Amino acid sequence: MDGYGGIQVSGFVRFLESLDRRWIYLAMAIAVAGPIIYIGLTGKTLPETATPAAQAVFDAIEELPSGGHVLFSFDFDPASGGELIPMATSIVRQCAARGHKMVFIALWPLGAQLVDETIKRVITADYPHMKEGVDYINFGYQAGNEAVMKVMLTDFAKAFPNSSNGTPTTQIPVVHGVTRASDFPLLVTISAGYPGAKEWIQYVVSSSGGRIKMVTGCTGVQTPQLYPYYPTQLTGMLGAIKGAAEYESIVNDAICKAHPGTTTPAKYLEAQRRMGPQLGAHLLMVVLIILGNIAFFAQKRAAAGAKS
Amino acid sequence: MKRMIPMWIAIVAGFAMLFSAFFPVTESLGEIFGDMFNVVAAIAFILGAGSLAKINLAKVSRRDPGWGYAAVTLACFALTLAAGLGKIGAAPNPKFAALAWSGDERAEGALFGWIYESALVPITSTMFALLAFYVASAAFRAFRAKNIDAILLLSTAFIVLLGRTFAGVVLTGWFPDWASGLRLENFSVYIMQVFNTAGNRAIIIGIALGVAATSLRILLGVDRSWMGTGGSK
Amino acid sequence: MKLSKAWIVVLLVVIALISLRAMTGQGMGRVYVKAAPQTVEISADAATGTEAKTIRWMEWHAVPPKDYTAAQAADPAQTSIQMSWARTIGLWMAAFFTLAIFSFMYRDNPGYRVAEAVIIGVSAAYWMVIGFWDTIVPKLLGGLTPAFVREHILPTQIDQSFTQNIAMWCALALGIMLLMRLSSKGAWISLWPLAFIIGVTAGLKIVSHVESDLLAQSVATFKPLAAVQRDASGAFDLMPTIWKSLANILVVVGVLCCLVYFFFSVEHKGLVGRGARVGIWYLMITFGAAFGFTVMGRVALLAARMEFLFDDWLWLIDPAGKRAVDVAAMIVGI
Repeated sequence: MDGYGGIQVSGFVRFLESLDRRWIYLAMAIAVAGPIIYIGLTGKTLPETATPAAQAVFDAIEELPSGGHVLFSFDFDPASGGELIPMATSIVRQCAARGHKMVFIALWPLGAQLVDETIKRVITADYPHMKEGVDYINFGYQAGNEAVMKVMLTDFAKAFPNSSNGTPTTQIPVVHGVTRASDFPLLVTISAGYPGAKEWIQYVVSSSGGRIKMVTGCTGVQTPQLYPYYPTQLTGMLGAIKGAAEYESIVNDAICKAHPGTTTPAKYLEAQRRMGPQLGAHLLMVVLIILGNIAFFAQKRAAAGAKS
Repeated sequence: MKRMIPMWIAIVAGFAMLFSAFFPVTESLGEIFGDMFNVVAAIAFILGAGSLAKINLAKVSRRDPGWGYAAVTLACFALTLAAGLGKIGAAPNPKFAALAWSGDERAEGALFGWIYESALVPITSTMFALLAFYVASAAFRAFRAKNIDAILLLSTAFIVLLGRTFAGVVLTGWFPDWASGLRLENFSVYIMQVFNTAGNRAIIIGIALGVAATSLRILLGVDRSWMGTGGSK
Repeated sequence: MKLSKAWIVVLLVVIALISLRAMTGQGMGRVYVKAAPQTVEISADAATGTEAKTIRWMEWHAVPPKDYTAAQAADPAQTSIQMSWARTIGLWMAAFFTLAIFSFMYRDNPGYRVAEAVIIGVSAAYWMVIGFWDTIVPKLLGGLTPAFVREHILPTQIDQSFTQNIAMWCALALGIMLLMRLSSKGAWISLWPLAFIIGVTAGLKIVSHVESDLLAQSVATFKPLAAVQRDASGAFDLMPTIWKSLANILVVVGVLCCLVYFFFSVEHKGLVGRGARVGIWYLMITFGAAFGFTVMGRVALLAARMEFLFDDWLWLIDPAGKRAVDVAAMIVGI
């Protein structure tokens, strides 16, 4: 026991009070790195149970008749790819498995490249029968944020006159019959900030008078802010990496059930793998909060004792 | 005069956008103003870059402390600009291969794309990731159950942190079915859908009221504070 | 002093491990690319005076290292898949910048300062380039000189109407006025484009915020306070009814109390004060939830950066099966 303010507090509390912040940083690094290495070596992942918001995303895509049009907006860049790329991969996979027509756009400059990478990773690799222009198309990036959304509400071809490879929109079979945003029964936005899910709700979903259903995959920071829109203006939502892991697991289960005997490739387990480091980091945070409060109350008791 | 013209520009531009939402005949006007807005915003990047160059050049020429870093900034700025504007290393678009500038400067193999992948992505995402460490340190030092407000904040953070990982299932998964709502994974969802929704909804409604009121004041020429000192009536 | 020594030990251990890793098995941190020769035949067009010609160029696409190993095993003299020095340097640069930023946690240092200087320069130029190719060229140049854009950049560029043409001239004028901010004498005129930006933003935001956030959110708040729930057979279900009704009541009460707290025109005393107090509790819960999700988001980004270091750079783990032999798994025998 050491002296503190005239009263004794334990050495452990003294240690907590004087702990250098860099040891906490090191603890966090180990809490995250340990599970990454363990899961990376063993390939083991934690089981997931879907929350209603994630299940709603799956149901919205599943309920759409096969061949239905889905508009994807990739509103993120690689900086937030850690959370969002697994969502984009799984949603595109489910749509491809269901045989939906996929139309990709991006309102973030780097979103267009991420569309290409997702198409290569999922459609080209695992659904080679799907043809560019017939089953899916990438319209690339269009500058203008909300202005693009507003134009799409009245004239899709005006907002996106060409595909990313320069083919005029009027010559692309997959968008025949699509004149405006409300012709898409389902809108999927993978969102990291502005412009993103919130703007799609404000400028497209609300203005369409409920004709467009929208689901989103968004970052952890955005999730609490988007909850008020669910389920009235937002049909389903994948919040943060946890939402991605839940959704990934439902899609994997559904596809494995449809094709018995198949195993899920590692590229479709990315979000579930990341739940390991999440667990380590969250537990550390909880322990740190508890330890911090132990030190606080011990100090408070010592101060009260000194007064009395 | 120096204040009247800007005020009227704001009023005309604002009402054009407002009318375009209500009257189909003015929709195209809204689109045109939107395009103009984007062009002006794009030119604003030149203003930002010009300002950055001005400050860093001055630092280098005066040999201020840390001028070497300013020189690194300028060199990186110039290299990225040349790589992007010149589309260095960008393969042509196969559909328009004969055109000199048909390639995509962001594509795989282009110098601009390489700079993005090798510098911009790792630095920005690591800077965001740093927050995980700082939050941990702050949680240890500042998250104190001092009063009821802090206890509510703390306990919600606890439930969300545990409920959104497998820890929630391990700790409370044994709760009987009739109390399944209290399992951490379910309770965290309930908190998000009820308490978080209520709080954030009130914030959203408050912001909407604020935006509507401020926009109206600008459109009616009442608020001129954006023009600088003494603009507000 | 004691602490510094401990940290030096940590640093030395990390350096030793990286060196060991570089010398073990397949090594680490290399990027392989596959050649993809491209050929385009241009046919003659008398109308435009285009001559028939063949354009060839080479594209290199990144491939996983196991493709290189397989290609080498099949034909050691093959050159279609090879190591890309440029991309390998890029990978090591990315690793250096990642570690440089992390090093700030110990203390400010030249490595961090360099990374900071690089990001300032690169991001300023990055957004300028994006603005130029994605907005100024198709919208401004495409509007003012569509023939030039068609001839050199995008043949599908369409002619714009007279009104759009005038609009683009106005946008150009406003843009030039904005640049006057850099000069001390003409700075006053930059208020004009600023006025335009403010006006358009105000006009754009007012409708969307009122429609989507004020009206739709208010409507979504007022749900039946007694929400009767039925099971699959249509029979009354007590527990779900209680939970759902309680949720609806709590949402209505919460939104109203938070709004009362935001309302500063009335003193927070009596009933208003109690309502505001409840509003604060709701907001505290909201902030706690936001904290939890922010932690989750940042940890996901941290995990992604660490995966980059362990997988792409150090080749320590290989969850996606990108390499022929998983060296780490081989070492530990898992």
